[in-house]
This record gives sequence, C-alpha cells and structure tokens, in this order.
Amino acid sequence: MSPAALQQLIDFSYIAAVIGFILALKWLSSPVSAMRGVLIGEIASGVAVAATLFDPQVVHYKWIIVALIIGAGVGIPLGLVKMTAVPQRTALSHAFGAMSAALIGVAEYYVGTPHLSKFEMAEIGLEVIIGSLTFTGSIIAAGKLQEILPQRPITYKGQNFVSLSVLATAITLMLILIFHPGYTHLFSAMVVVALLFGVMLVTPIGGADMPTVISLLNSYAGFSAALLGFVLDSKVLVVAGALDGASGFILSVIMCKAMNRSFTNVLFGAFGQVQTTAAKGTEERAVRSATAEEAAAILAAANKVIVVPGYGMAVAQAQHKVRELFDSLTKRGVDVKFAIHPVAGRMPGHMNVLLAEADIPYDKMVEMDEINGEFPQTDVALVIGANDVTNPAARNDASSPIYGMPILDVDKARTVMVIKRSMATGFAGIDNPLYYLDRTLMLFGDAKGFVGNIVRELSSGA
Amino acid sequence: MPADFISSLFVFILAAFLGLELIKRVSPLLHTPLMSLTNALDAIVVVAAIIIAGRHETKVSTILGLIAVVASFSNMVGGFLITDRMLHMFKSTKAKKS
Repeated sequence: MSPAALQQLIDFSYIAAVIGFILALKWLSSPVSAMRGVLIGEIASGVAVAATLFDPQVVHYKWIIVALIIGAGVGIPLGLVKMTAVPQRTALSHAFGAMSAALIGVAEYYVGTPHLSKFEMAEIGLEVIIGSLTFTGSIIAAGKLQEILPQRPITYKGQNFVSLSVLATAITLMLILIFHPGYTHLFSAMVVVALLFGVMLVTPIGGADMPTVISLLNSYAGFSAALLGFVLDSKVLVVAGALDGASGFILSVIMCKAMNRSFTNVLFGAFGQVQTTAAKGTEERAVRSATAEEAAAILAAANKVIVVPGYGMAVAQAQHKVRELFDSLTKRGVDVKFAIHPVAGRMPGHMNVLLAEADIPYDKMVEMDEINGEFPQTDVALVIGANDVTNPAARNDASSPIYGMPILDVDKARTVMVIKRSMATGFAGIDNPLYYLDRTLMLFGDAKGFVGNIVRELSSGA
Repeated sequence: MPADFISSLFVFILAAFLGLELIKRVSPLLHTPLMSLTNALDAIVVVAAIIIAGRHETKVSTILGLIAVVASFSNMVGGFLITDRMLHMFKSTKAKKS
C-alpha cells in the first residue's frame, strides 16, 4: 500500500473510532443498552490503537509492544478493584490520563524547541500546565479517598492567596516561554510549579466534597487531552477529550447542585471549619430507641418502606444484609424502594453501583427528585449510614451550614428509623434534628449486625 | 492563527456540545460507569503516545512517550474492564426473576 493510502486508512479508522465513542455514550442512557455501549467503545479504541501501530511515523516497535504489555498488566488489576474502591481507582485513572497528556506535551516541547512558534508554545504551555496540575491533584484526591491522606480539609491562613500566586507563577513562566521558547530551564520550572499547584488545589478540600472534586478533575483530564489534540492536530484526541471534559463538567454541576455549593465555594471554601463550630452549641436531647425485634415488627406491618442508604452502609459492609432485608420484606408483599441522594456515595452514582453489586434491582433505586414526593405516603423510612443528606435543618434552619442543600425528605414518613453507631455527628460534624423527632426511632448498633438481626426477627416471626 | 487550530476549534466546539447533550441523557444510575467509560475513551491519548515513542526522535521524547503509552493503555484496559464489571451488576426486577 502506498504511504498516502495508508495514511488515509489510518484517518478513516480514527473517524470510525469517533463514531464509536459517540455511540458508546449515547447507549449509556439506559442500563439495557449500556453493555452495547461499552462493547462499541472497546472496538472503537481497539481499531484506533491497531491502526496507529501501522503509522509510517512509527519506526520502533519493540519498546512500544513492551509498554503496551506493561500498561495492560497495570490496567487489569486496576479494573478488578472492589466496588468500594472505585472512587480512588477513578481518581488514579484521572492522574494517569492527565500524566500521559502532560508527558506527551513535554516531549513535543523538547522535540520542537527552540523552533516553536508563539502559538505552538502557548498551546503546549497551557496543555502541560493543566495536565500537570490534574496529575498531582488527582493523586492527592486518590490518597484522600484511600485514606492514606487525612480526609479533613488542610487549611492555613492566606491559603487562597498563596495558591493563586503559585498558579500565577506558572502562567507567568508560560508567557515568558511564548517569547523565549528556548529557555528550557524555565519550562522545567513551569512544570514543577504546575505540579505544586495541583497539590495545593486539592489538599484544602474535605472528604465530603470528593464527589465534586473527582468530577472536576475528570473534566480537567478531558480538557488536557483535548488541548493535546490541538497541539498535535489530532482530531480524535480533540473529540475524545471534549466528550470526557463535557462529562466531567456536567457531573461537577450535578454534584455542586446536590450540595448547594458553587464551584468557587468548593475550590476556595474550607467547608470543615465552619461546621465544627456550628456543631458545638447543641445540648443533650432525648431520643427514642428501639430493638431489632421492635423494628422488625414495625417493618413487617408496613405497606411501603423506603431505605435511605449512605456511605456508612458500605463502610459497614452491610449492603448484602440490606439485600436480605429487601428480599424478606418483598416476599411479605411490602413495597421496598431505595432513595438515592446524588452525593450518597463518594463519587457520582457510587451508591447505585454498591447496591447493584449486592444484587438489588436497579428499578428499585430512585433518585432524590423522584422519590421525595413519596415520603408522606411511606410507612417507614429506614436510614442506614446516611446523615447529612437526611438533615431537615437544610430545609428549615437558615443558620445551619448545610442550609439550602437539597435533602431526602425522610422526616415526612410516618415512622423514621435510623441505624447509627452512636449519637456522634456525621461527616460534616452537624447535629441532625431528625433524630429528636417523635416519629423517629434510633436503632443503635453496627449497620451490618443490626440489619442482620432484623432479618432474623422477620424470618422467625413468619 | 494557524488553520489547523481553527479546524480543531470547530471540532472541539461541536464535540463539546454533543457531549453535553449526550451526557445529560445518561441515567444518574450509571454515573459511576459513565465516568469510568469516558476515562477509558479518553485513554485514546495512547495513539499520540505510540507515535511520539515510535518516531524515535530524541531519547527524552521516546522515554516520555513510552511512559505515556504505559499510563494511558492501563487506563484503556482498566477503564473498560471495570465499566464492564459494573454494568454486569445492574439487573432489573424482571431480569432477576427469570
């Protein structure tokens, strides 16, 4: 085949890949067609990679094959992690993606310098800055999610000023490089400063904001790939990067809305500080508690039960016991649904995956906006390991730090049961007035053990 | 401004708007698989990494390219694998009974 014909064939394979990417996302609209979406995505990516190996520019194969094998060797274990570990795996893959984009940008710089045009230098500079800060930012996020790093926001006085100065330094270096692309030491300095900024961007953000941060980093990783497409004039990268960036952006907006926060608030506000002070002024108040036996009796008599799972359920590994409870109640003719708050897990959609893993059918998982109208007709709302997303203070206490955050209206159910270890405050450190309502029963204990006891009571009573 | 920049910008704008429309329609049920799938698709950066490494221009660019091949290909393999695993778990009530 002539080189020109080969190049055309490669280009057509990239066009085919782009079509595949678009269909993959389109078919993700429902769980029924989603598997087909993944398959077409796999085929599209495979075709593009295979075609690239025939590119006449590629003269050295040996090490590329080795690198692909190592990549697969790293990727397979990362594809087999536990479902509770998916958020940190995702953060790590944002880091890998951003790192690849940044490294290619750096390689392009060293190959092209000092003959880069101002325009090329600006593209490379911007791409490398975004890729680098996303790389370190994602590593910090993964560390926080894996609980290697402290989850609490790490803050100090004048932090925003220092962080923004660091970002300004990176951009200044880039501007100098545009006029003097041959200053390679300045380029190295720019990369180091951008890496540092990534660390400073994510360390002050608390664990509760991780769903937003992980989405934002997703968006940055996508845009760094798109920018790389601009640098290399590769349309397939521009498209894939734009799709990924758009996805991360939409998820960030959804997460921000779900927490009633703005982007700037997540990035620049140290959320944790306000709340620790807010939690202090609360006095001891009486709560009603119940045993597993009593809880089982109430559940068995109910017609409609809504389970409200939070990340605490997954931490306690209680989802399989919850499935047994679901089966046992469904068998008795009780209508059981699961109310999913958008930030119930540690990343967008995480709670759905955790429940699906426990074999709970997806048509029983209902989003917040859809299910909130059903609470007044619900006999029992059973809260397992969720706290702030059920806090009525978000609706009616203007002094609460979470005031305005959309919540699940569990307090409107006829009976509310809350499984909780103790009266300690939740992740955000805010007291929850839900626990002191007359209709609320506190079920003190470990989520897995307590749900197991309820299931046992139900089966012995039948 | 170079012509290839303008054409890339056209492609970017169209793809970004298409992306926004497509992603809005993705069921919130599947937001986690969405993120892992877009991650795997984004790993198409590997094609650029293969070319940078394969052109063998300088030692530095080859080594950087090879590291990028490892990182992005691991994203591709791992991203598709975990998306596939997650989607296999989603079953409806009907599918469960049959």
